[in-house]
Amino acid sequence: MTAFGKLVRTTAFRLTLVYLLLFALFAASLLGYFAWNTRRLITEQITTTVNAETGEISDIYGRRGLHGLVLTIENRALRPGANLYLVTTPTGQAVAGNVGALAPGVMATTGWSETAYRRLDEQDDTDHRALVRVTELPSGFRLLIGRDLEERRRLFGIVAQAAQWSVLIVVVLGLGGGVFVARRVLRRIDAMTGTTQRIMAGDLSGRLPVGRSGDELDRLAENLNAMLERIEALMMGLKEVSDNIAHDLKTPLTRLRNRAEEALAKSGNEAEYRTALERTIEESDGLIRTFNALLMIARAESGQARDNMDDFDAADVAQGIQELYEPLAEDDGMSLHVKTVPAPLHGNRELISQALANLVENAIKYGKPVAVAQPLGADAVAGGDARAILIEARRDGDQVLLSVSDHGPGIPPSDRKHAVERFVRLEASRTQPGSGLGLSLASAVATLHGGELRLGDAHPGLQATLAIPALPGAGDRLAAQTPDVPQKAA
Amino acid sequence: MRLLIIEDDRESADYLVKAFREVGYVADLASDGEEGLALADSGDYDVLVIDRMLPKRDGLSLIGTLREKGNRTPALILSALGQVDDRIKGLRAGGDDYLPKPYAFAELLARVEVLSRRHGGPAEETTYRVGDLELDRLSHRVARGKDELTLQPREFRLLEYLMKHAGQVVTRTMLLENVWDYHFDPQTNVIDVHISRLRSKIDKGFERPLLHTIRGAGYMIRDGIR
Repeated sequence: MTAFGKLVRTTAFRLTLVYLLLFALFAASLLGYFAWNTRRLITEQITTTVNAETGEISDIYGRRGLHGLVLTIENRALRPGANLYLVTTPTGQAVAGNVGALAPGVMATTGWSETAYRRLDEQDDTDHRALVRVTELPSGFRLLIGRDLEERRRLFGIVAQAAQWSVLIVVVLGLGGGVFVARRVLRRIDAMTGTTQRIMAGDLSGRLPVGRSGDELDRLAENLNAMLERIEALMMGLKEVSDNIAHDLKTPLTRLRNRAEEALAKSGNEAEYRTALERTIEESDGLIRTFNALLMIARAESGQARDNMDDFDAADVAQGIQELYEPLAEDDGMSLHVKTVPAPLHGNRELISQALANLVENAIKYGKPVAVAQPLGADAVAGGDARAILIEARRDGDQVLLSVSDHGPGIPPSDRKHAVERFVRLEASRTQPGSGLGLSLASAVATLHGGELRLGDAHPGLQATLAIPALPGAGDRLAAQTPDVPQKAA
Repeated sequence: MRLLIIEDDRESADYLVKAFREVGYVADLASDGEEGLALADSGDYDVLVIDRMLPKRDGLSLIGTLREKGNRTPALILSALGQVDDRIKGLRAGGDDYLPKPYAFAELLARVEVLSRRHGGPAEETTYRVGDLELDRLSHRVARGKDELTLQPREFRLLEYLMKHAGQVVTRTMLLENVWDYHFDPQTNVIDVHISRLRSKIDKGFERPLLHTIRGAGYMIRDGIR
């Protein structure tokens, strides 16, 4: 497309054209109205004067006869810029006046007419036009009084010219303005298009130029930039995830393959084959679990699990999970407690249970107190309590908080955001088995329910909290009925 | 026991037929939804194993049609869609159990056995007995020989489920689903710990253990060697 074609096609230019047409029409009709009215006004003026003079002169004729009439006419005809006068005999011969020639037949009919004429004192042959009134005098003589129309014609001409000019000016200014605006818009759109093309070509870091005027294009650019920001973050996340998947799935796959190979090459008896195969199955079960967790996260993040939500009490979930994990914790030398108040919410019970289970599993795995002597405060939880994990379900304003606190090393504030990401296993936990997906899943579940996963400090230790919007209405009643006396349910 | 496997993937189908025949089942095979429906409707099967995604007619619609016709043969749905919602959809459509792919054959076998028992088995008893272990479902009393055993409520339900399926393999996921009503996959051996606690209560100090671990599959309660 040529530059001109592009310009003509812009919305700004097309709008300008429409407005141009409208304004030109408006100017033309305004001037037309003005011209027509002026013409009418002048005609009226002529008619009035001519009528008055006709009456006056008829009067003179009546009083002073033909002689008086001729005298008056001759007299008046000599005045500069005078009207047109002509008196003829009943047979049509001129008696007095300043009119030299007339269009034929004008004198024959009485009343108003527009005619071409020439004055007596005029040398040139050009015809002028006049508006005349012919009256028959009582004796059969005819009297013509008229007025030259040059004035009217000139005035009309002026108006017509003004109309032409104004339309021309409107058109020129309008077109110029249109081109100016369209080019301005086009330049900015072209800049945006250029950037988007660069972005489409793969450079996701590109951003649209934003001006300082804060106009609609700037706001559009700002919004598009925000969108790009989000897309870039998602892409980065995706890339990171696929890198992590590659690493975290390839490693066990490689191990799997190596073991099979080794068994094939070295094993001599059935028992050895059996062991190798059993380990293979174990390893693939781990892989399947990782896959399932990934799918579950993807599902929670895409919001598909919203179909399966109902109302339930978070306290029941907390107690159920405590009951399920308590023996496991005890086997690991920890203790698992639960403290709940009724906290109804609307959600996917299964997913919330799993999220809480993940937090508890993490607490059991990583929440053991650090052996090194700790500064003050550690004493308070020393002894049996230091190995206690607490599951809490409570309401805080319009949120339900499901938290798991341990007295382990915790997560430093700077690492907390990072810890929620997929496959992230903080330095301290590298040596422990696990997929590194537990916190991501818990976070995805919280997000699905319109809440969030908060990692905080349990002084010492980690407090992981699922904060989920409470069920509106029902919770207030329940909370009011149950004063702040925690129920010890374990 | 007669089994109908409706699965379109040739290799998995052959594997299943072979594996079920090895444990002494009669297994027929249908490779698409229409054929499966015709066979299931005419044949007298104890359990149907149905892949969810099938050519010509999908697994859920197949079960729905069977149930509309009044056919109550227990159906187990196999599916690559392993999520909770899919599971619920499958069970709502009339399926009796749902197993996400990939699965262990031991798991499938255990579930099929439970389903076949449920179908033709006797009415629910109020007292279960395995050897000298006795569980009264009404009074919640558990005794081994002359000794009264004190169980936590959840331990009672665990034992109840195991004894209901005495002589059958019960997998960890089956326990988690039926005793705890959770359908997720814990990353830890949480069920094993519950079992070992239960075991310490019912088997400790007795000469003959009743609660056995079946390697690679799960657990079984039984008296002596079958």
